[in-house]
Amino acid sequence: MNTLVLTVLTLGVLGILLAVILYFVAQRFKVEEDPRIDDVEKMLPGANCGGCGFAGCRAMSEALVNRDNIASLFCPVAGGDTMKTIANLLGKVAPDKEPMVATMRCGGTCDKRPKVNHYDGALNCAVVNTFYVGESACAFGCIGYGDCVDACKFGALKLNKETGLVEVDADKCTACGACVKACPKGLFELRKKWPKNRAIYVACRSKNRGAVVMKACKAGCIGCGKCAKVCAFGAITIESDLAYIDHEKCKLCRKCVNECPTGAIKIENMERLPKEPKVAPAVKSETKAEENK
Amino acid sequence: MKTFPIGGIHPNDNKEWSKDCAIEVLELPAEVRIPMIQHIGAPSTPIVSKGDKVLAGQLIGQAVGFVSANIHSPISGTVTAIDALPNGQGQRRMMVVIKREGDDWVEGVDLSPELKRECTLEPAEIIEKIKNAGIVGLGGAQFPTHVKLTIPEGQKAEVLIINGVECEPYLTSDYRNMIERGEMLLTGVEITMRALGVERAIIGVENNKPDAIEHLRNIIRRDNYRGIVVEPLKLRYPQGGEKQLIAAVTGRQVAPPPALPISEGAVVCNVSSAIAIYEAVQKNKPLVERVVTVTGKSLKSTHNYLARFGTSLNTLLDLAGGLPEGDVKILNGGPMMGRAIVDVTAPLIKGCSGITIISGDEAARGKEMACIKCAKCVSVCPMGLEPYLLSKLARLQKWDMAEEHNTVDCIECGCCSYTCPSNLPLLDYIRIGKQTVMTNIRARALADKK
Repeated sequence: MNTLVLTVLTLGVLGILLAVILYFVAQRFKVEEDPRIDDVEKMLPGANCGGCGFAGCRAMSEALVNRDNIASLFCPVAGGDTMKTIANLLGKVAPDKEPMVATMRCGGTCDKRPKVNHYDGALNCAVVNTFYVGESACAFGCIGYGDCVDACKFGALKLNKETGLVEVDADKCTACGACVKACPKGLFELRKKWPKNRAIYVACRSKNRGAVVMKACKAGCIGCGKCAKVCAFGAITIESDLAYIDHEKCKLCRKCVNECPTGAIKIENMERLPKEPKVAPAVKSETKAEENK
Repeated sequence: MKTFPIGGIHPNDNKEWSKDCAIEVLELPAEVRIPMIQHIGAPSTPIVSKGDKVLAGQLIGQAVGFVSANIHSPISGTVTAIDALPNGQGQRRMMVVIKREGDDWVEGVDLSPELKRECTLEPAEIIEKIKNAGIVGLGGAQFPTHVKLTIPEGQKAEVLIINGVECEPYLTSDYRNMIERGEMLLTGVEITMRALGVERAIIGVENNKPDAIEHLRNIIRRDNYRGIVVEPLKLRYPQGGEKQLIAAVTGRQVAPPPALPISEGAVVCNVSSAIAIYEAVQKNKPLVERVVTVTGKSLKSTHNYLARFGTSLNTLLDLAGGLPEGDVKILNGGPMMGRAIVDVTAPLIKGCSGITIISGDEAARGKEMACIKCAKCVSVCPMGLEPYLLSKLARLQKWDMAEEHNTVDCIECGCCSYTCPSNLPLLDYIRIGKQTVMTNIRARALADKK
């Protein structure tokens, strides 16, 4: 009995003594931290995805609170509205940024881009890329082992087994840019997010000449330049036999889509423009046949 | 018998398929494609244009910078195109296409078969000649030889080591060179010793080639090649690795990178490169051809060809009876370190010591299973690394940790993947880790300079 009392007493006194010491030590070495950092961190999504360029949301909120000019800081996951609320709280000016969405720029599905060899190594795009061009003859196309799917923390990417290509779910995509870094072929681009997830882009990155592209893939950009000619806004440029649609200048008029002979310009959540009667019937039937497929 | 101290494996050498095939001089191809990058370092600049007439041995690609190599036309004819064409891996690289007309050489090249042994040139002159001839390491690494022979200030070469190991299974091009061109090889070694100012040269040959060892020893005795000895080595892969060979022959360990073999006083050179050095220095013949093995169990016939660079691999395979039926793996090099080829229209390049055809079950990889922590990969790694860990770190993209565990020391020999009982593609991932870490290190060095 005596031992028990003694033990309780000793430990109790020791506890109180240490608590007192700790109290004074905590007072003496207190770290002054802006309470707003905690507030800002709560407003950020907390995904710690690194899309802002910082290690995590805490580091981002510290930067937001401590820097005078926060124009270069932006959380793509939270979006413009949240950034504005945070800026108002801190009495600073938020950057004006439009919402973005990741776009996968390869249209070489299994039937349009036939496999010419069989790969038997580790199922990882980066590994394939260290060996050779990939299972198709196109050196620029999607490898299809889903490094980007693994990198996406929001479940916005999905590998379609039928087409062999990765698809972006625009509603889930936060434009954090993880896929842009993960893809060894550089197929992803963050593009302007239009209402109703509409989009027009060139689904090809092949910088090869037209003849070479045609041999490897039926859906590739051959750099013919027809789209650039028809664009009224000067949004389309052709460089190294590859068309690129500037998403800042594009107004979604869809004229280019009908011009493209290979169907490399993709539209999403929009109808094609009706064909003008002047278009040669041969071209018309061909594109229709493709659509029917 | 000597060998390197740690790691290593013993794969079936499969050399019997082609080792008795004498070197055949390949008929000149109708067209060659010459890539402007056939070496480690900066790509060469093409100095000819479309429509130009070129002679065999004429300079067509000028080296850019110190670590780079000249490229010469292997045939005489007309340049028909300078274009980005696919290499063996399907990647498009700048190549000069030449259509053959006759077989005329540039002036000054001595094509006579007589051995010319005397060399009175100064070391600097020899190295200059090697540089002009565009010689690179013909064992596969394609490192410019003149860079290797230029000893950095403050260091001194003590011994020249000639790599006649050919530890890679299937390949026999170095073996045939030693058997059939032994005199040229030894004269090349003598010249290289002169260029380096060393008194000693050791030719390391694995003991699965006893006739080559005997043959070279006989020539050395008969023709009195001073200071050159042939060292038989115990059969073990990857003995042909530069550091492994130095350790095997001299017993000295080269420190991890950035230390070079010269820090231990050693310079290593391949037997085929030594022959190329002989031809360049004594005969003024630039590097335009090499001995290449075409082998495989499923091929109709196996060969060792003396072929000009730029010959399409298709030509070589057709002469060996064409590709066998069904799925086959075509390798540039041997089965351990060779790279798979997807485009057989690709040209023969300087570093290609053999084309190996592996078919069916031999080529298939086993089903990937979980790591059972048996540490077999650790015990076979000749660099003393932990392959299971490096592979895991690369999968998790922990580049800084991979760097701490010296992933850049990896020589990509493939012993770990070969030995893994769970069939894990260890090297596949380590290679990504190595590349990323090296890029990071270079970026840091660049940032520090600024």
